[in-house]
Amino acid sequence: MNAYNFAYLDEQTKRMIRRAILKGLAVPGYQVPFASREMPMPYGWGTGGVQVSAAILTPEDRFKVIDQGADDTTNAVSIRKFFERTAGVAVTERTIEASVIQTRHRIPETPLRADQILVYQVPIPEPLRFLEPRETETRKMHSLQEYGLMHVKLYEDISRHGAIATSYAYPVRVAGRYVMDPSPIPKFDNPKLESEAIQLFGAGREQRIYAVPPHTRVVSLDFEDHPFEPTKAEHDCDLCGAADSYLDEVIIDDAGGRMFVCSDADFCRGRREAGQSGAKAGALS
Amino acid sequence: MYVAVKGGERAIDNAHAWLAEERRGDRAVAELSPEQIREQLGLAVNRVMAEGSLFDPDLAALAIKQARGDLIEAVFLIRAYRTTLPRFGATDPVDTGAMACDRRISATFKDAPGGQVLGPTFDYTHRLLDFKLAAEGEVPEAPMAEPRREATPHITDFLNNEDIIEREPVSDATPGDLTRVPMAFPAGRDIRLQSLARGDEGFLLGMAYSTQRGYARNHAFVGELRIGRVPVEMEIPELGFAIEIGEIELTECETVNQFKGSKTEPPQFTRGYGLVFGQSERKAIAVALVDRALRWEELGEDNQGAPAQDAEFVLSHADNIQATGFLEHIKLPHYVDFQSELELVRKLRAEAGASATLADREAAE
Repeated sequence: MNAYNFAYLDEQTKRMIRRAILKGLAVPGYQVPFASREMPMPYGWGTGGVQVSAAILTPEDRFKVIDQGADDTTNAVSIRKFFERTAGVAVTERTIEASVIQTRHRIPETPLRADQILVYQVPIPEPLRFLEPRETETRKMHSLQEYGLMHVKLYEDISRHGAIATSYAYPVRVAGRYVMDPSPIPKFDNPKLESEAIQLFGAGREQRIYAVPPHTRVVSLDFEDHPFEPTKAEHDCDLCGAADSYLDEVIIDDAGGRMFVCSDADFCRGRREAGQSGAKAGALS
Repeated sequence: MYVAVKGGERAIDNAHAWLAEERRGDRAVAELSPEQIREQLGLAVNRVMAEGSLFDPDLAALAIKQARGDLIEAVFLIRAYRTTLPRFGATDPVDTGAMACDRRISATFKDAPGGQVLGPTFDYTHRLLDFKLAAEGEVPEAPMAEPRREATPHITDFLNNEDIIEREPVSDATPGDLTRVPMAFPAGRDIRLQSLARGDEGFLLGMAYSTQRGYARNHAFVGELRIGRVPVEMEIPELGFAIEIGEIELTECETVNQFKGSKTEPPQFTRGYGLVFGQSERKAIAVALVDRALRWEELGEDNQGAPAQDAEFVLSHADNIQATGFLEHIKLPHYVDFQSELELVRKLRAEAGASATLADREAAE
């Protein structure tokens, strides 16, 4: 792979992306347009996150990639391999060992530290997109802080269903200013958006980068009488017994039998290695 | 173990090996060379160059081979490769008036200086399968004529001289570059034409067709369609003058459209324009029709709410690499989000069930 620069992108492109990242950090939650490049993986498969990672990785970094919370899902494997090949960086599956973590759809259960960066892959960066399809309109709404439409949508949910019917990509307000799409993480993860780590969001196809700096206030939108509620399956992990981690539901037999396991594979393995176990741990391994 | 996608790494390697084998096909059949694709599937090569935004027939042929003939996949390979190419300057604008035309037709004049030259076209072939091609067979040589020495004038220039068609504003401004600056709306005509030139042929065909069927009808005549090679020149700062660095094949379509006039303008014809790499006639005409439809605002026409008039709609959805990536990404696992939806729907159903039971009980009492 000597024909390519470190981490694939040329240095000028990385500079352009870093400028967008710095602008994003300076204006938390604001979507910075950037001249997204065509990457050798498809749009919609993490090209925004990959470009952000390519721009921030250094040879000393230790890189972790998760998709749905797991390191061994196929697209996470593919992206990790890409950077092993083009940047030769060290990789890890352990959250605590990683300096840069690229993620799709989850925030790791283990709290992140100040020396870590979390890079999100974002499909649709615009939280108002499904209320207003036009970019020209939504940009105007952000600049005027005209977020009434979003509150009306949430209110309509309550009047129709008795609850806010958004379970992932739940909108947040960042530093009291911009309403932001946290990417399609389950709303269970929203409280973790207030973090010591730098959080960067890359949307390749939509050509946007945004950021949440460390210790920034991130509030999930709600109403006084219908406060925000992070939810998960009402079970403990069947492998490690954790009661406080987000769970995947797995169908285990033809009769539709289920088990619940941690979505964060590293978190679950760590607990089991420390001797914790869940209801079905013995039956399976 | 418990998750079906465990072992993703080995599964990916095996899938790639199988893919390579499928690409090769039956080993008893001779392997296809990129040269054969370049020479004998030239229109596929042209499409890949146009939508890949890179004029290189050899690379396009290689991409088609690697993509097993999936042209959008081949365009994707070319785009990804293009990203890594250093950019050391921009050429002078090409002069399509100086084109060595292989084909040049006008639907608006029976004859004009330069003549009607059909060139290598399918237009008047009868679409009958030629079973002789199934067997090997050399084709007889086509008759030759003396090529025209002087430049072939643009048809619209004749209309221009009469002032009966809108004049194109002359500008030396550097056009925008949508591969270096993110798309923003409203987009100028330079950016719109760039986006259309690399847009998906099928999408643009559908959009253009919709204008013909009445969704922002603008009644286009093909003023001129020309296909041929033009020299590409570049200013070399060290030399102080432009030198020819190569030649590219282009298809250019200029449409002449009706315009009833407005409060400030007397009736005159208006223009649509399409310029595409290679012999890509359908695409060039489609681009010209869509370009014209997108110009409604500057020409003071009504917004009929037609899809082809909506620049944000057309330009945001014309790129097949963006579209196919996002469309196909729904194959990726989404079980974390699906899980949260499952919990939500179960909860809402439980609540609905509880209140229905309560209502039943109250009705019974």
